[in-house]
Amino acid sequence: MSKKQDFVLTAETQAQISAEAKKYKEAPWQLMRILLRIQKICENSFPRDVAVVVSQETGIDVATLYSYTSFYAMISDVPRGKYIVRMCESAPCHITGARDVMDAIEYTLKIKAGETTPDGLFTLEYCQCLGMCEKSPAIMINDQVYSDLTPGKASGLIEEYIRGDIA
Amino acid sequence: MTMLKETRIVLRNMGKIDPVSATDYRAQGGYAGLQKALKMTPGEVIAEISASGLRGRGGAGFPTGKKLDISSKVEADQKYIICNADEGEPGTNKDRIILSSDPNTVFEGMAINAYAIGASRGFIYLRYEYPSLFPLIEAALQNARNEGFLGENIFGSGFSFDIELVSGGGAYVCGEETALISSIEGGRGEPRSKPPYPGAQGLYGKPTVVNNVETLANIPVILDKGGEYFSKIGEPGCTGTKLFTLCGKITERGVFEYPMGTNLMDIFETHGGVKDGRDLKGVMIGGQSGYLINNTQMDLKMDIDSCRRKDATLGTGTIMVIDDYYNLLEIVENIMTFFIHESCGKCTPCREGNVRMHEIIHNINVGKGKMEDLELLEELAETMKLTALCALGQNSFYPVITSLKNFRYDYVRAIERGQR
Repeated sequence: MSKKQDFVLTAETQAQISAEAKKYKEAPWQLMRILLRIQKICENSFPRDVAVVVSQETGIDVATLYSYTSFYAMISDVPRGKYIVRMCESAPCHITGARDVMDAIEYTLKIKAGETTPDGLFTLEYCQCLGMCEKSPAIMINDQVYSDLTPGKASGLIEEYIRGDIA
Repeated sequence: MTMLKETRIVLRNMGKIDPVSATDYRAQGGYAGLQKALKMTPGEVIAEISASGLRGRGGAGFPTGKKLDISSKVEADQKYIICNADEGEPGTNKDRIILSSDPNTVFEGMAINAYAIGASRGFIYLRYEYPSLFPLIEAALQNARNEGFLGENIFGSGFSFDIELVSGGGAYVCGEETALISSIEGGRGEPRSKPPYPGAQGLYGKPTVVNNVETLANIPVILDKGGEYFSKIGEPGCTGTKLFTLCGKITERGVFEYPMGTNLMDIFETHGGVKDGRDLKGVMIGGQSGYLINNTQMDLKMDIDSCRRKDATLGTGTIMVIDDYYNLLEIVENIMTFFIHESCGKCTPCREGNVRMHEIIHNINVGKGKMEDLELLEELAETMKLTALCALGQNSFYPVITSLKNFRYDYVRAIERGQR
């Protein structure tokens, strides 16, 4: 498993992050959505440099921010791929073939769950219920949900992402 | 065999309207319930909801009218209505179906409840895993505001109410109302002990009514057609309909709406029975923290009280069908993995209990089990039931103890095989 490089702040991304974080004071209940948008700017991670910027804009200290983000599965402080592939492992998916679908994805991406491809494109994770139980098994790639999968359909889908047919 | 026909109350507009269009919703009789409510006193609105007999659809089954009544009587400068759309229960997608087909019925339900308790602000807490719903709900909210159904001085009544959409971050426990509130406040989604209940001290310390999506979707119908009309649907004491999520190894999967009290076997047979001609092993009902029942226990009326009387649970309306292909212990092990992941870790019985249960079941499953383990599982379940802080740890063992009871042979066989 290769280690993906940390996201590096530039003047441009820092300005984007600041602008996003500034919205907190107007609507503190939107903290999660603000951080999720910031995470998208930062290649799907929430590293320390970014937390410092967010802290300055929101007035929330870095320790409290991490106490918050580390609780939620959708925010990561370690670098992740451009595409996060999440395989639902909850029971309805499990009994309709999730394991076989995961095997096919692992084979296609040549990585195991929890790993990132050496080119930094894909991170593969297990996740809990995606709420697609009546169309299981299901996966989510970034914000896109795919359901009624078979091993063949899943590897075909991943290949489309690899070829860049789906951006 | 009885072939069932759906009774659509909650899903009355599904497929008939553009879900983001407030005018489409209005054309189907939408916001008429709110309009009526605004001509009544808040007390009369609560009386109407109480008369309907509506009980919460999130799993606990608390009478909705009573919940509103409690919050209406608390004096405060600000009160809140929260729609709990953190639908994390494996085997349940009803809220996704409601929100994607008819979000306005949820907005209207929230507005009516807000008027009843004296709240001017509402939040929809939507789980992250429903990304396609965020733009849809935002657009629907904006249309509802443009048409004057949300915002200032609704229907010229002087009543103002608006809703904001907030996001979860991928934590099942945030479906628990105090954890959900903590999450909106910018905290970790850890439940706290109750009382005080959110109805008295909720979001930002203010009285807050938290309702499930499905509960809210019923409210407009109750106000429009009357509590008495609603009370005649379903079972006495458990009125209305229920959305059932049919999943797993059933021929026809999906979300279907039937009156409370509909027989489980009829639902199962109406939707084609077990897929691919295999035999039925059992069904998981109520959700992930629900009950595993076997194929002799299918003659079951699906409503809150009937289920309780028969040592079962309605929960969130999950019906996950398991065929004879499956090793049941593997499914129980999978379920306990879920709870290990989703326990927030705040209280010891839940944090440790789920791990130990998983460990014991795993050992039995791989042939390292002992007969004493079965008693140990029961003891552990009892401890969690008595001492866990919130509903997660107080319920997560149900798949274990119900499978121990209803599928004892599977456990005993696995243990005996391991000893050979």
